[in-house]
Amino acid sequence: MTRIQTFLAMAMAGAIVAGAATAADKPVKIGMITTLSGGGAALGVDARDAFQLAIDLKGGKLGGVPTELIVADDAQKVENAKQIATRFLKKDDVDIVTGIVWSNLAIAVVPSVTREGKIYVSTNAGPHELAGKGCDKNYFNAAYQNDNLHEAAGQYVSDQGLKRVYLMAPNYPAGKDSITGFKRFYKGEVVAEVYTTLGQVDYAAEIANLRAAKPDGVFFFLPGGMGVNFVKQYAQAGLIKEIPLFGPGFSFDEGILSAVGDAAVGAFNSSEYTWDLDNAANKVFVAAFRKAYGRKPSLYAAQAYDAALLIDFAIAAVKGDMSKADAFRAALHKADFASVRGKFKFGPNNHPIQDIYIREVVKEGDAVTNKTIRKVFTDHQDAYAAECKM
Amino acid sequence: MTAQLFLEQTLNGLQQGVMLFLLAAGLTLVFGIMHLINLAHGTLYMVGAYVAATVTKLSGSFTVGVLAALAAAGLVGAAIEMTALRKLYRRDHLDQVLATFGVILFFNELVKIVWGPQALFLSPPAALSGTVEIIPGVPYPAYRLFIIGVGLAVGLGLRYLIVNTRTGMLIRAGATHRDMVGALGVDIDRLFTVVFAIGAMLAGLAGAMAGPMLAVEVGMGEQILILTFVVIIIGGIGSVRGALAGALLVGLVDTYGRAFLPLAMRAALDPAAADSIGASISNVAIYLLMAAVLIWRPRGLFQAYGG
Amino acid sequence: MVTGGRKRIINMAGLALLLVLPLLAEAADSPFFVSVATRVLIYALAALSLDLILGYGGMVSFGHAAFVGLGAYVVAILAHHQTDGSFIPFLPGAWNGSTQALIQWPLAMVVGGLFALVIGALSLRTSGVYFIMITLAFAQMLYHFMVSLPTYGGQDGLSLWPRSELPLVDLNDDVSFYYVALVLLLLALVAVRRLIASPFGMVLRGAKQNEARLVSLGVPATRYKLTAFVIAGAIAGLAGALLANHTEFVGPGMMHWTRSGEILIMVILGGVGTLYGAIVGAATLLLLEEGLAGLTEHWMIFLGPFLVFVVLFARRGIYGWLAGREAGDD
Repeated sequence: MTRIQTFLAMAMAGAIVAGAATAADKPVKIGMITTLSGGGAALGVDARDAFQLAIDLKGGKLGGVPTELIVADDAQKVENAKQIATRFLKKDDVDIVTGIVWSNLAIAVVPSVTREGKIYVSTNAGPHELAGKGCDKNYFNAAYQNDNLHEAAGQYVSDQGLKRVYLMAPNYPAGKDSITGFKRFYKGEVVAEVYTTLGQVDYAAEIANLRAAKPDGVFFFLPGGMGVNFVKQYAQAGLIKEIPLFGPGFSFDEGILSAVGDAAVGAFNSSEYTWDLDNAANKVFVAAFRKAYGRKPSLYAAQAYDAALLIDFAIAAVKGDMSKADAFRAALHKADFASVRGKFKFGPNNHPIQDIYIREVVKEGDAVTNKTIRKVFTDHQDAYAAECKM
Repeated sequence: MTAQLFLEQTLNGLQQGVMLFLLAAGLTLVFGIMHLINLAHGTLYMVGAYVAATVTKLSGSFTVGVLAALAAAGLVGAAIEMTALRKLYRRDHLDQVLATFGVILFFNELVKIVWGPQALFLSPPAALSGTVEIIPGVPYPAYRLFIIGVGLAVGLGLRYLIVNTRTGMLIRAGATHRDMVGALGVDIDRLFTVVFAIGAMLAGLAGAMAGPMLAVEVGMGEQILILTFVVIIIGGIGSVRGALAGALLVGLVDTYGRAFLPLAMRAALDPAAADSIGASISNVAIYLLMAAVLIWRPRGLFQAYGG
Repeated sequence: MVTGGRKRIINMAGLALLLVLPLLAEAADSPFFVSVATRVLIYALAALSLDLILGYGGMVSFGHAAFVGLGAYVVAILAHHQTDGSFIPFLPGAWNGSTQALIQWPLAMVVGGLFALVIGALSLRTSGVYFIMITLAFAQMLYHFMVSLPTYGGQDGLSLWPRSELPLVDLNDDVSFYYVALVLLLLALVAVRRLIASPFGMVLRGAKQNEARLVSLGVPATRYKLTAFVIAGAIAGLAGALLANHTEFVGPGMMHWTRSGEILIMVILGGVGTLYGAIVGAATLLLLEEGLAGLTEHWMIFLGPFLVFVVLFARRGIYGWLAGREAGDD
């Protein structure tokens, strides 16, 4: 028992010290739940690095108030994320929660945060469940609604005059949502909708069927390693020059491109952000990010950086007094900050109304990267905003 | 559906099966001879892929990359065998599961620390990056044909090793009468290390061969590990012949299922429902196959080892 | 000290700690810890059910998370239909679910048990490693089925809020929920212990030692093993019902093979065939994960060697190491 007593004494002493510190200078506490281990770690690492960068660039403060970022790894598991959220709310007493990468985790965790009256700012996941009927005054999405990028790809494919398109996505709700989003703006014929296994490794069978169907183009949504596998095998089958490939930006982020290499050159994808966007805020961000981490920022990094800037703006607007909850929420909704996307505003459901671009995968010297070629949507709003009653 | 498409899908199924065979052969030997459940077999596959990607990039030669992968997987395998697994051969299967699971966690994290969380780049050598019209009208990736060739060569080599050499004789004897082999004065420790090294190098070879087609990433070993277990269970544990039969069966069933089930369903249902339901069934096709085989033959198709 | 006494002391100390834990957490000003401890209790219940078939029946189920997941889905689906007023499909009559724990939880056990009956009946035709793999196969089928089933959220899963309703007890209060989980765990522990000590348990253990001899004596060993498998499935279903309430969410991830692996590891880590070991194993794994993840994102590099270490040096698991030779009990 003595060991437990010692432990308790230490824990209590720790709590007292922490309490004293809080009283002294009242820092803002932000809890970040993100994925730092396992197969999806690259996305979470990007978000964490960019968010931290924003705080560092502002001298350790957001909105002029010293800011403490507490990062915890959810290992891409719902239960862990939920557990961390509970810890943030009940133990660390954070003011804002952020950082979840995956939609299924967000659906499970976000309501339990907003219900407690805390603010949640999304740096990536934007499931429709939280955009329409399930919207909340405490939930702000600084990234996108999940359908947005698929919709832009659909619009672009239609604009290019493609008549017969082959669709492919994993056999799970986000996959089906992506195809629904694409079809919302694509007007031609759908040759086939193929649903692959989640985590599938080999796509030879699908690629053979696809070639036999002779479509004008292929739209696919295969996030993470699945996309790397598919694009490599598609190129090896000699198809990338014959049948153009379209996808959302997730399938072609900078990390994936470095793993896929030349195989992806010539593919088109949609994104609300690319490192080459020409605006002052972005130039600062890209330079600082490359200097700090030695790589180009992905859209996940940009969204997290914007989320930090959004919070920075709102804290400054209430002069650091976050107890004025209504004023703080109103400031977040106003979102008058210099986004790396050039401009940023929220719709009535606190999801972005923003421009979405098409980019082409090109080779620059030895590196394969994305190049923005066209704006597809101007001030695009998600399809669920009307269902949101706040 | 045309005859060409059917042939092409058959080729795809064979190629997938051959890939699985490279992994399954090592796993089934280790299991059959040492009675060791090695969950870390997928880790050796991952090590092979990472080393192949890195060395190929540095040396500019895929051949050098593959050789380095073989060496690295062999060395890592030997290190795991000598530090942790050697003490576990006589222990319960459950202890082996727990220990080798610990090995997986360690190596996954180590690889992430050394190489970072992003997937690595590895492409096929220039000579194999094109396509070949082996079936008229169907350009088929040369690299996949190369894999089929390598797999068949490995299969023949293993057959030669097991049937015609003294080591092979001991392996065969060890699989069925382990204690007897020991009693006859054979150095069991050395035999085990040799078998483990062969298995590890085969896994490393599979990883290096898979690299140009797949994402070289942390966790790639576990994705394929379960499939590999399915293969050796269907084939019958300890039997290399069974591993080959199981691998080809799994490769073909999986490929045909994904390729043709949705098409077949379209005959009866509207396209959207057919695509969705067909996909759902083909997702679990290999598990259905395994369950069916085991209910029919509870010890796999070619049983070599007692249970 | 005599080893039997040691075991008794450890058990009593453990029980005392579990009973006063919420008070300690309160005193240490970290009420959050109650929620962590509740999760430990729930996983301990699942691990306990696995230890029944694994430690006493020799059946290594590598698909145990499927029963946990099924129990969790039963709760979430019943609550889902109650909330949106729709009827449950494929059921005779029109029933729009329930939020009552006294209806949900027993049903979770029934469903867990029924699936265990079907899966067990087919799987018990095999043995050894083949049994491990066929149970895995059935669990993976259920996993993929739930992933692709859009009605109940597929991969996204279903949220559950508020928690189930129990007369007199508010489960939304973390401390109450903790005690409910504790009581259920202790009840299950006592029930399983009595079961193992009964003639039924003797046959079960006999089947593990030498099934052929039992069969030659005319004992239908497979039927006994199947019964144990069904009981374990039902208890795992109850653990699932609790887990759904604790996480306030249900998803197919709960049924993935890695989860089955984790439950298996809890049992082995704690000590196979000790029952108490299941609780120790669950606590060790979850608290290590919680503690190490707070220290470094590379926490698995420590957890991995720790597991190897336990296997090599604590041959009877942590509980076996603590309690000495009497751990395997009775």
